[in-house]
Amino acid sequence: MALYHTDDQAMLADTAAQFMGEEGAITKQLRHWRDAKCKDGFGHDLWKQMAEMGFTGLLVPEADGGLGMGHVEAGIVLEEIGRNLTPSPFLTSSVMAASALAHASEDLKGRWLPGLIAGDSVFAVAVDEGAKHRPERIACRAEKSGNGFRLTGKKDFVVHGASADMIVVAARTAGSDDDEQGLTLFAVPRDAAGMGHNSVRLVDSSMASHMTFDGIELDGDAVIGEVDGGRDVLGRVLDAGRVGAAAEGVGVARGSLDRTVDYLKQRKQFGKLIGEFQALQHRAAHLYSEIEIARAVTIKAQQLLDGGSQQASLMASVAKAKVGKAAGLAVKEGVQMHGGIGMTDEYDIGLYMKRDRALAEFMGDVYYHADRVARLSGY
Amino acid sequence: MAKLQADLEEFRGDTRAWLEANCPPEMRQPVQGEDDVFWGGRNAAFKNDAQQAWFEACRDRGYTVPAWPKEYGGAGLSPAEAKVLREEMAHISARPPLSSFGIWMLGPALLHFGTEGQKKHFLNQIARGEIRWCQGYSEPGSGSDLVSLQTFGDDKGDHWVVNGSKIWTSYADKADWIFCLVRTDKANKYQGITFMLYDMAAAGVSTKPILLISGNSPFCETFFDDVKVPKSYGEDIPAQVGEVNRGWDVAKYLLGHEREMISGADGGARTSAIGAAMKRAAGELDPMLRADLAMFDVDALAYAAMGEKFLDEVKVGKSHPAFSNMMKYAGTELNKRRHELFMAAGGSTALEWDSEETRGGARAREWLRTKANSIEGGTSEVMLGVVAKRILELPGA
Repeated sequence: MALYHTDDQAMLADTAAQFMGEEGAITKQLRHWRDAKCKDGFGHDLWKQMAEMGFTGLLVPEADGGLGMGHVEAGIVLEEIGRNLTPSPFLTSSVMAASALAHASEDLKGRWLPGLIAGDSVFAVAVDEGAKHRPERIACRAEKSGNGFRLTGKKDFVVHGASADMIVVAARTAGSDDDEQGLTLFAVPRDAAGMGHNSVRLVDSSMASHMTFDGIELDGDAVIGEVDGGRDVLGRVLDAGRVGAAAEGVGVARGSLDRTVDYLKQRKQFGKLIGEFQALQHRAAHLYSEIEIARAVTIKAQQLLDGGSQQASLMASVAKAKVGKAAGLAVKEGVQMHGGIGMTDEYDIGLYMKRDRALAEFMGDVYYHADRVARLSGY
Repeated sequence: MAKLQADLEEFRGDTRAWLEANCPPEMRQPVQGEDDVFWGGRNAAFKNDAQQAWFEACRDRGYTVPAWPKEYGGAGLSPAEAKVLREEMAHISARPPLSSFGIWMLGPALLHFGTEGQKKHFLNQIARGEIRWCQGYSEPGSGSDLVSLQTFGDDKGDHWVVNGSKIWTSYADKADWIFCLVRTDKANKYQGITFMLYDMAAAGVSTKPILLISGNSPFCETFFDDVKVPKSYGEDIPAQVGEVNRGWDVAKYLLGHEREMISGADGGARTSAIGAAMKRAAGELDPMLRADLAMFDVDALAYAAMGEKFLDEVKVGKSHPAFSNMMKYAGTELNKRRHELFMAAGGSTALEWDSEETRGGARAREWLRTKANSIEGGTSEVMLGVVAKRILELPGA
């Protein structure tokens, strides 16, 4: 398979670029909801519009009412979300939770997918425990109790947790905290008794929850996939999230580069456009190179995920790490090359820096994923 | 589409079977030294029977240049088939059967600019490994500023008389023929250069190897002292590629292929991950070195995807013409890092310069050799300048 977009995918990219550029624009969405101190951190109207575009159910099979597309297409939408810094629950709901629900019972699918496809529902995924992504250790427990389970523990950095109608929770049903096996995924509804949210605003104006589960009673039919055998499905959900976050990061990086290059062509000092200075030209060109490489490996990872390749998980980590480096460089160089006005809230470049910081942590940072590349490679 | 896919899978099966039957086990080992690389040419010698068998099997099937048309010595494979062959060869770690500047550089230029007569004559020679070529580009006073070159060809009617000198001519002392940039109009900088082909055995050509920091001499100074270059080698076989005084267009086109080659975009050892092999060799890795290796492997595997994407896009004309500059920059900087890590992981063993255990200091010499990667074929700084101006469209000269 060629490593570039097909004609259909290029058309989707045009559509997504136009839609996000207009409806998802920074003034219309990010700044608007930030300045309004919105408790969700995103607009539900836009989520409805994304449903009308078919985006919300993009990964859902056609038989279940979705578009039946793949991670390449989801990445196309996410790249435009990133470029416009559009706040939306697309990544957690339409990519990660949808990837989990693909392994759920027909009952669970019937309960949750229609709301997602219609843009009425928002989902979150609760994995991290503590400030760093470390899914190899899961202490949150679901004890078997009667016909169901009793969920106890805490989760952190649950993006859109307080806005979510349903939260996919990874919990331990057997074994000890560091065991590979013994995990189970649950679809926990927002109104479950015993659920606590401490919702916090992050540096990029997005909302995330510290969640507590105080003996939540769950029916057996809340289980996604196999009891005690959730590691495999969790792995797929995490890889989908990582590759999705990488695609969004590519968009952030490209948006940051575009603004910075435009600025280099406008700003004059010493009687010259600053873009004429070789010191800045070479740094901008290096940055371009890093972003193109990050984008290539992100598309590679998407194709491998869609093809069900054994290499997909390794390449998901390569993509997340590489994008972490490239997008991090893009926003740092962006602010520096903008000079003093790069520090002002009036200019958007600082917003790119904040979004990149949050995306860099989400689903594992560059250190986590470089380490994982080493582990998966056998050293 | 499904039929195409099925055909391609059938081709993959056939290719796999053919490789299994024709690629000797010795040719599936990593290249250890210079004599493991077969360059062809009038004075070619095979290191062993396996190298000869592998070369001849590929030559007879057109697999030294699989994507070239059959009438020019290739196998006429489509881009998709050529990719399958590349993948299957990589899968068994097959060595390239023939390495050649004719394949990588002159061939693409001839395919694009050559006359039918030139293609039939020269491309078949290249594909069959009969003539070994070298490239006469840089001059002592014309490095990054190549277009200022001064080697002059005086028009004498049916021939030119060439005087001047070239530098950094790779393997000029081993080459049979040269493709050479020669000034034929002193009044016209860009439109006064002719891309000439001539025999290194001609009277007045001499070469002098340059000893490098690696202790090896892959490059030469090349001198032309009243060299008589005929304007034609037969019917429809002119000595120049493209028109007289329009050689700069050919030169630029060819440089794109040179950058592609140096960038390692086609995969292979230059783009693979190295951490696991370093661990096996060292037994235990210092934690900070392991971290550096992991960061390197991220960059290497990402670059491999970029190379794949770049070649896919080139095949269908989707690539920006200046993108090969970016690839050359990124690929060569990566390769230098790779060899810094090889040295670090090798420790004091990697310092040995002529011991038998280190195959004559191969690692140290290769490490030093890679420092030229970001200089030859256009420096990293020149590449970044081109990307800044032609892709990012930043202002200035």
